[in-house]
Amino acid sequence: MTDSSALWHLLFGRLGYDALPFYSLIATCGASVVILGALATAGVITWLGKWRCLWQEWFTSLDHKRIGIMYVVLALVMFSRGVVEGVMMRTQQALAIDAPGYLPPEHFGQLFSTHGTIMVFFVAMPFLTGLINFVMPLQIGARDVRFPLLNAISLWLTVAGAALVMVSLVLGRFSTGGWSGYPPYTGIDYQPGVGPDYWIWALTLSSLGSTLTGLNFAVTLYKERAPGMRLFHMSLFSWTALCTSILMIFAMPPLTVATLLLALDRYLDFHFFTNTQGGNLMNYINLFWLFGHPEVYILILPAFGVFSEVFATFSTKRLYGYHSLVWATLVIAVLSFTVWLHHFFTMGQSPRINAAFGIATMLIGIPTGVKIYDWMATMFRGRIRLTTPLIYAVMFIMLFVIGGLTGITLATPPVDYQVHNTVYLVAHFHNMLIPGMLFGMLAGYHFWFPKAFGFRLDERWGRIAALNFGLGFILAFMPLYVLGVSGLPRRSQAIHNPDFAPLLWVAELGAVVLLAALGSLVIQLVVSIRRRDSARVPAGDPWNGRTLEWAVAAPPPEYNFAVPLPINDRDPFTWLKEQGLAYDRPRTYADLVLPRNSAVPAIVGVAGFACAFGLVWHIGWMAVLGLLAAWGAVIARSFQRDTERLISAADVRREHEAWLDEVAATRPVTRDEETGPGNRGLAEMGP
Amino acid sequence: MKRDDYRRELASYVIGLVLAVTLSLIPIGLVLFPTWPRGTTLGVIFGLGLLQILVHLRCFLHISLGRSHRHDLYLLLFTSLILVLMVVGSLIVLGDLHHRMG
Amino acid sequence: MSSRDMNHAGLNVGHTDHATHAEAEYSLFGFWIFLMSDALVFALLFAIYATLQHATAGGPVARDVFEIGSVTVQTLVLLASSFTYGLASLAMKYHEGRLRPLVTWLLVTLALGLVFLGLEVHDFLGMADKGALPQRSAFLSAFFALVGMHGVHVASGCLWLVVMLVQLRVFGLDTPVKTRLMRLGLFWHFLDIVWVAILSVVYLQGLLP
Repeated sequence: MTDSSALWHLLFGRLGYDALPFYSLIATCGASVVILGALATAGVITWLGKWRCLWQEWFTSLDHKRIGIMYVVLALVMFSRGVVEGVMMRTQQALAIDAPGYLPPEHFGQLFSTHGTIMVFFVAMPFLTGLINFVMPLQIGARDVRFPLLNAISLWLTVAGAALVMVSLVLGRFSTGGWSGYPPYTGIDYQPGVGPDYWIWALTLSSLGSTLTGLNFAVTLYKERAPGMRLFHMSLFSWTALCTSILMIFAMPPLTVATLLLALDRYLDFHFFTNTQGGNLMNYINLFWLFGHPEVYILILPAFGVFSEVFATFSTKRLYGYHSLVWATLVIAVLSFTVWLHHFFTMGQSPRINAAFGIATMLIGIPTGVKIYDWMATMFRGRIRLTTPLIYAVMFIMLFVIGGLTGITLATPPVDYQVHNTVYLVAHFHNMLIPGMLFGMLAGYHFWFPKAFGFRLDERWGRIAALNFGLGFILAFMPLYVLGVSGLPRRSQAIHNPDFAPLLWVAELGAVVLLAALGSLVIQLVVSIRRRDSARVPAGDPWNGRTLEWAVAAPPPEYNFAVPLPINDRDPFTWLKEQGLAYDRPRTYADLVLPRNSAVPAIVGVAGFACAFGLVWHIGWMAVLGLLAAWGAVIARSFQRDTERLISAADVRREHEAWLDEVAATRPVTRDEETGPGNRGLAEMGP
Repeated sequence: MKRDDYRRELASYVIGLVLAVTLSLIPIGLVLFPTWPRGTTLGVIFGLGLLQILVHLRCFLHISLGRSHRHDLYLLLFTSLILVLMVVGSLIVLGDLHHRMG
Repeated sequence: MSSRDMNHAGLNVGHTDHATHAEAEYSLFGFWIFLMSDALVFALLFAIYATLQHATAGGPVARDVFEIGSVTVQTLVLLASSFTYGLASLAMKYHEGRLRPLVTWLLVTLALGLVFLGLEVHDFLGMADKGALPQRSAFLSAFFALVGMHGVHVASGCLWLVVMLVQLRVFGLDTPVKTRLMRLGLFWHFLDIVWVAILSVVYLQGLLP
């Protein structure tokens, strides 16, 4: 090695010109889109002169509502990349029937790895974390989460992980080992490049963030509920938030251990999962699914929570079977730790072990079935308004049941042996995640958007998007069941059976419809922002809501509640409205204490990113500096004493009474006018 | 009153230390001077280890059935449940694989 | 609320002021949850170790490389440090206004922690001399990951102790410092529990003929 190359290695590690994305046209385009998108965003912000505002009002904010919104924005940005990748893969498979298609195998491998990684860790997780962050403290009548600083740190760790995945489009190549990253294929012998390292550190960052989030939410739900709110007064969404947090706390460690040990294998030549020196890859698979199965329920439970709120609110009825829903959620949470083996029935263990786990898997169907019936019973004889959130919910019930039934078939080991590693499995889990998880999150987005921003989303485009998502899903994934049973392996870059062509083209059509659905979401957002003045809901209750988040202005004041509200029921806001107490003028106000903004979380995020980036490219100084900076920022923060600020009772009074005056001047509307311009966020009681 | 509390708590730490040291030294002695068959000794070692963990929880971490807040106790019990599920499950699965492929 | 009700599991908050109580109540509960998550990390490393302990790949086995003498001393040092941290907690609770006993016991704990780390590093170097490096076999990989992980935790605990000593110097014993010392106490005692498991599962099982 010459002196100059040694110096280069010291400064830039394994980075070199070959890291640039010029190995294929598609890669160059992808990288260009990322760079141009980033530059355009930065340019627009500069042009509007919003950097200072963004930093002061958002990036350093410790307000759970803003943190929640930033999570959802992150999720939506990553979602668009994930959808495009999905469409690219469908197109490749449709084109590659006895033909090379347009994507080389290496690139196709990167695509299914990033698609899965992004959709699970950087779409689903931030989306649900964002919704819980925004809604849950409001629903339980709290001022904020218990540890606001930690909350922001979790956000920025997740952002750092997402940024790492985005950078992998521009510098170097991502792993081709799938979202589950099984060694030894992701080991150093088979993938000596940086791909698996990107995957490892992106997941490590986000799983750290998720563990801390789970901890934060759990403490908040236990200890920060408003006076008078017992556990069994909590809304179903808060219950699912609690169960999801518990799952995060206990399911993330196996993932962290798995990725860290894989990193030891790759970086320091350890032998956990290698083929030599006694390594055992089955340990990895076991560890990964110890995380992976509870993860499925981390994703789905909050969606169940959203649907519970949506069914009750848009059926104008009290939720049917509240206690059974709560217990079903708890049972699912615990059972989810007992079924991980069904992800690797074919690994070679005894039939009796497979049978035990197969039965445990089928048991989970019982509480889930209870929930489905409860939701249907909630709609029964309700005053139903079939607006966008309920459209998502109804599509969910119909499609999710199909996914559940195919899940039961997969839980039967002999069947699993037959369809193992085929697109049948791909169809099944997309059937759980799109109608279950995604529809839930989009219903929640639609439902709570007016609360977050003060105006309703456009209903017409909302319905177009929802129906496109439903139709696109059916077209794209139902054919895969048939193809899977016919023996089409998953992750195929090329297809050698012309009989598969018709159904693959149907699936391609579905993918295009899904892309159109994503487009409709974007159009809806633009249209809604343009027409926001005619859709404002300052009084805060556009849907005749039942839970506490609707009892405050839209958008809510930063302290959430000016005074504590009396709580006597599990539909606390409905109770307040029925008693005529919803918009009472409080006699006394108190000073409120809120956390000051802090730059520490953003610094931790940037430092975490630097550390991970340094590790990926073997840039020692950057990795060490990043780690030191992250911990240094946290320690420095612990020496800060002036971390809170006071909002005087007089200020609270002024703001709250101004809002009450506005409410008094607002005309209450019936549910017939719900989507019209007359709905300013005050609901007329009665049907 | 304060004085009594101090004594009581100090006693808890002292008892904890004495028990912990004893419970560590016995198994070490069993390894140095093996008297029983390996399986039996191993069982005793693990049993004493578990007992020592309980001593630590009681005397150093002040977890008890009656006095502590219920949340903490439930948390600990739930963690133990998940921990046992994961560890025992992994050992059964990988042991079985080892047996079938070994 | 009687003082008995306010005894928080984990560490006794006891006779401190009300603000400390409320703060400690929440932050200790949060920290307990973190510890439980961390306990799971260790439990999984134990499971990995258990499945790989015979995968020596023709390299050194446990009995070739473990030293009972050194391990015994490490155990005693760590147990003693837990006890001295307990004394520090008592000093914090009952000697309000006097920092000296608290600082002294914290310093003793720190010294014991460093002695433990020194012995561990010494052991690791001795193993390296015998060719027992983690790269040699899956058994040694698992051993170094598990015991090393505990060592990293003890080192972090020592760093945290240093930070707290500085904070005691800067701020005295105010509420944030108090609750942080309580959390550090939980952490320190927790590491002892992990060590008990390491002693039984790794060292004694490995050395038993």
